[in-house]
Amino acid sequence: MKYIDPHIHMVSRLTDDYERMAHAGCVALSEPAFWAGFDRGSALAFRDYFRQLTEYEPKRAAQYGIRHFCWLCINAKEAEDVELSREVIAMIPEFLDRPNVLGIGEIGLNKNTPNESTIFCEHLELAASRDELVLIHTPHLEDKFKGTRMILDMLKNESRLKPDRVCVDHAEEHTIKHILDAGYWCGMTLYPVTKCTPQRSTDLIETYGTDRLLVNSAGDWGPSDPMAVPQLILEMRLRGHGEQTISKVVHDNPFTFFSKCRRFKAES
Amino acid sequence: MAQQLTAKTALDRYFLETRCKIIEIAANLDRIDRGDGAAAAVQDPRMVQIREAVQTLLGDGPGRAEKCQLVFSIPYDDGWSPPNSK
Repeated sequence: MKYIDPHIHMVSRLTDDYERMAHAGCVALSEPAFWAGFDRGSALAFRDYFRQLTEYEPKRAAQYGIRHFCWLCINAKEAEDVELSREVIAMIPEFLDRPNVLGIGEIGLNKNTPNESTIFCEHLELAASRDELVLIHTPHLEDKFKGTRMILDMLKNESRLKPDRVCVDHAEEHTIKHILDAGYWCGMTLYPVTKCTPQRSTDLIETYGTDRLLVNSAGDWGPSDPMAVPQLILEMRLRGHGEQTISKVVHDNPFTFFSKCRRFKAES
Repeated sequence: MAQQLTAKTALDRYFLETRCKIIEIAANLDRIDRGDGAAAAVQDPRMVQIREAVQTLLGDGPGRAEKCQLVFSIPYDDGWSPPNSK
């Protein structure tokens, strides 16, 4: 089955992962800008990173027939440094019109601090002023519920952003209803320990339906599996869900969301 | 979208996995109890959360997963002040 992984950090993965994903049916992916595992020293490091996301990775993906898209921002963790964040945000427009850029992301909160909230709102301002899609990271573990609610509050205050142009990611059992009820796209991340398993994600699909739901591996340099979306496909099949239903979740939904970006073309 | 599995099929398919995870939890708690400083560990807020979550499992469903998530979550304060929007 063809699928799209709408959230995976391929700069942290081996070329072998591209090959395995292609074998499993991956036809496209999107790569949000994120934390490198250490705090970068200057805005220049982000310039290099944005070049990697917009120039190098699309070529590496294309070797395996996979279309590569990306999102640009300074991540929530480094957003604690407001001065650095503003330098990076000022640089983003230079890259926004590159053909594989889908919008602003993954912005959000990490520890739900005032600085993170300030930079989150400044990213939203950039997205609204440029009519860009937005991809949002919600915090980890004990911070997720509070942070997700705070994010939804801030989104509500930015009335220029239409909910159907925003995806709030890393949803779990205690946050999914809040996101969907507010009209946003909702991402679920398949992680071995700290987020959703394929079984629990399938439970949530059965509970909330397939509309506006995306499923991703969020594969990166930590414990994660770039083959997680095919695991969800298998779980849904084993539970008796039809191919059309499964395809809607793993291919049609991300395709529809990406299509809202004016730079996205159905065929490369 | 309706669940496709019957309750019996779901029990058949997930029984061993559930059994395994419960035994893992029991063994994890035993390991904590065997360690030096076990009395202090019992007072750790994370142990309090674990006990509350286990109690939640014994309650009526559905919604146990969501309730357990909330046990491990920092509460949301709807009186917080978002940054001024431009």
